[in-house]
Amino acid sequence: MLEYALKGNKKYWSWLFLLAIIIAAGFYFYMKQFNYGLGITGMSRNISWGLYIAQFTFIVGVAASAVMVVLPYYLHDYKAFGKITILGEFLAIASIIMCILFVTVDLGQPMRVANIFLYPTFHSLMFWDVLALSGYLILNVIITRVTLDAEHKSIAPPKWIRVVIIISIPWAVSIHTVTAFLFAGLAGRPFWLTAILAPRFLASAFSAGPALLVILCLVLRRLTKFDPGEQALKKLGLIITYAMCLNVFFILMEFFTTFYSGIPDHVSHMQYLYEGLDGKARLVPWMWTSAFLSIVSLLFLIIPKLRNNNKILFITSIIVFLSIWIDKGLGLVITGFIPTPFGKVVQYWPTIPESFISLGIWAIGIFLISIFYKIALSIRREIEV
Amino acid sequence: MNKSRRNFLKIAGITAVGVTAGKFIPAEVKDSTAQLISKNSGLLKKGTAVKTDSKVRLAMVVDLRKCKEGCTKCIDECNKIHNIPNFGESKDEIKWIWKEPYENAFVDQENFYLSDALKNKNVPVFCNNCNNPPCVEVCPTQATFQREDGIVMMDWHRCIGCRYCMAACPYGSRSFNWRDPRPFIKNINPDFPTRTKGVVEKCEFCDERLSQGLPPACVEVCPEKALAFGNLNDPESDVRKLLKENFSIRRKPELGTNPEIYYLV
Amino acid sequence: MYDSGKIIIGLIIFAGIFTSPFWYDLSGGKEALKAPVLVLPTKADQQVCVNTLEYMRADHMVLLNDWRYEVVRLGDRTYQSPDHKEFNMSLTGTCLNCHANSAQFCDQCHSYIGETPYCWECHTEINKPENMQ
Repeated sequence: MLEYALKGNKKYWSWLFLLAIIIAAGFYFYMKQFNYGLGITGMSRNISWGLYIAQFTFIVGVAASAVMVVLPYYLHDYKAFGKITILGEFLAIASIIMCILFVTVDLGQPMRVANIFLYPTFHSLMFWDVLALSGYLILNVIITRVTLDAEHKSIAPPKWIRVVIIISIPWAVSIHTVTAFLFAGLAGRPFWLTAILAPRFLASAFSAGPALLVILCLVLRRLTKFDPGEQALKKLGLIITYAMCLNVFFILMEFFTTFYSGIPDHVSHMQYLYEGLDGKARLVPWMWTSAFLSIVSLLFLIIPKLRNNNKILFITSIIVFLSIWIDKGLGLVITGFIPTPFGKVVQYWPTIPESFISLGIWAIGIFLISIFYKIALSIRREIEV
Repeated sequence: MNKSRRNFLKIAGITAVGVTAGKFIPAEVKDSTAQLISKNSGLLKKGTAVKTDSKVRLAMVVDLRKCKEGCTKCIDECNKIHNIPNFGESKDEIKWIWKEPYENAFVDQENFYLSDALKNKNVPVFCNNCNNPPCVEVCPTQATFQREDGIVMMDWHRCIGCRYCMAACPYGSRSFNWRDPRPFIKNINPDFPTRTKGVVEKCEFCDERLSQGLPPACVEVCPEKALAFGNLNDPESDVRKLLKENFSIRRKPELGTNPEIYYLV
Repeated sequence: MYDSGKIIIGLIIFAGIFTSPFWYDLSGGKEALKAPVLVLPTKADQQVCVNTLEYMRADHMVLLNDWRYEVVRLGDRTYQSPDHKEFNMSLTGTCLNCHANSAQFCDQCHSYIGETPYCWECHTEINKPENMQ
C-alpha cells in the first residue's frame, strides 16, 4: 500500500518538499538544542515546562478526537461517517507521533528515555501516559492497516478488527484523561488542581479535533475527487457545537469556583491570564483573543443556518481550532507555573530555536497526514494514481 | 552486597532505601528485602500520614531568630562543596540553599501585620526533603527516591530530565541544568561530582557527609548555630529538643507533603 | 526478471558503498590505530586492585555500575574485595587514587574501541590541570 505514497503529481511533491524544508530547519535547531541543552529555549528554573509540553497537551486532544467519528460509525452504525473514519484514525496516528516527538524534544537527557521502561514506576502518571499513548498508536496502526488492506482487496475486513476498534474507543478517552491527570494531581500547582481538568480536556479535544477534520475534509474536497458527504459534514458541525458548548461551560465553571471562593492561590493564576499580575501581562491579549474567538464560534455554531453552510463551517472550524490552541497550547501549561511557588511573577516566551523545533514537529505531523491521506484516497480511487 | 541481590532489587523495580552509618543513623537500620517490597508495592500512597515504620527520620530546624541578616556562609559553603555553578543570571540558575523574603518563603501566611523581626527577614530555604515527597511520586524512572532515613535523593545517572518533579514540587526547590554547568564552576571540588546538562538537582541533606558521620555542611559552618539537624524519631536529638521548647512553622504543611524543615520564628 | 539492468547496477552500487571502508583502507587510508598503551601505577602501595586483573579487564563496567547503584541508591559505600579487603566505593576516591590519569589509562582502550562512557561529564579527575585549584 505504501507505494501509493510514492506516486503523485507535481503539486503533491512540492507540498512534501516544502514540509521537508521546515522539518529540516526544525531538525537543525534540535541538533543545536541537543548540544547546548534546553537552555536554548525560553524555559527557566521557574517555568520549567513551556511550548513543547503545551503543544503535547493540545495535540493529545486532536489524537483523542478520532473517536468522535469512529464511535458513531461503529457503535451506532452511522453510515455517513463511512468515508471519514479512516481520516480520523490517520489523524490520530499522526497526532500521537507528534505527541511522542514533543515529549522527546522536551527531555534533558533524551538518550536515557528507555529508563521509563527499564524502571517502570506505577505511581508516576508519566508512566501511564506513555503506556496510554503508545497503546493508542498501536491500536490505530493496526486498525488503519487492516481496514485499508481489506478495502484495497475489495473484501470485508476480518471480524476481529471490530473488537480492536471497540477497544480503541475508551482508549481514546483514556489518553486524554491520563494526560489531564498528569497535571491535575499536583498539590503544589493550584491552577491545574481541579477535578474538571479531564472533562475540560475532553470537551476541548472533541471540539478542536473534529474542527481540524472538517478543515481537512473541505481542503481535500477542493483538491481531489474526495467528497466526505454533506451529511457527514453536518454531523461533524453538530459534534463541534456540542463539544464547544461544553468546553466554554467548563471554563466558566472554573471561573466561578476560582473567583467566588476567592482563594488567593487559585485566583492569582487566573488574574495573570486575564488581567495581568504585578504589571506583567504577556498572555492577556492571547487569552482575550481566545475568549472572543470561542464566543464568535459559538454564535456561528449554534445558529443552524450558519453551521450548515459549509463555507461558514470551514471558517468556524478554524476559529474553534485557534481558540482552543491558544487556551490549551499556550495558556494552560505555562500559567500553572505563574506565579511561582514563591508568589513571584516570572514570564515565559518561546525562543526562536524552540519555535522552529515545534514548527518542525508540526510539519512532521502534516507530512504524515499528507502521506496517509494520499494512500487512503488512492486506494479508493478518489485521486488519480 | 553481591551482584545477584543487587539485580534482584533492580528487577523488582524497587526504589532504594539508604542506610548511612555514622552518628546520625544507628547501624541497626539495615534494610531487609522483604521490607523494601512491602514498602513500595502500593500503587497509591495511603493518605498523608507520617511514615513511622523507619527508625530514622532526618529533619532540620532553622532558628530564624538566630539566622543573621546578610550572612550567606551556609549558602557559600554549600555552593562550594557541591560544585554549584554561578551563571550570573536567573534563567539558568541552580540553587540548593538560598534566601527568600519571609512573605515569599511563607506565601500562605497572609498576615497583614508582621512582627518587625519577620517583616524584612530573609529566610534560608532548602529542599524540604519531605516525608511524603510529591517529586518522588511523579518521577517516571525513580531517579528521585526516598531513603529509609527520609532523605529525598537524586540519582543523576538515571534522571531523564523530564522535569515532572519540578512541576510537582510545591516549594520551587528543584533546579534543572539548562546547559553544561562546568564552565560556570569557579573551583571544581573533585570529591563531589558536577552535574551534566539535562538533569535535575537539589539539596540532599549532604548525604555524602552523613555517610562519614559529619553533619550537613550548612549546619556545620553556620556561625550563629541557627541550624540544627538530626533524627526526629529520637526524643533525645537536638531537633526534637528544639521543637519541644519552641513554636515552629513549616512551609505549606497543608499540602500533606510533611516538609522536614522546621522554622523557629 | 523486470528491470534486471537497474537492479544489477543498484546492487553493484550498494556493494561498493557497503565495502567502501575496505577500499579506503587498501588505497592507503588512514594509518592504523595504535594499540592501547596503559600507564600503570608504580608506587608500592598502589599494586592491589579492588578485584582480580581478569575480572577488572572484563567486567570493570559491571563493577562500576554496581558501585554507583549501591552508593547512590542504597547508601552502602563499602566494597569487599574477593580477598576480603574493604574499599570505599568511589570512582574518584578509590579508582583514581591509583589510576590518576584517565587519558593514560581509561581512555586508552575506550578510544581504541570507540567507546565513550559518560563518567567524566560529572566526575572530575583530581589531576587534570583545569581542575587544580
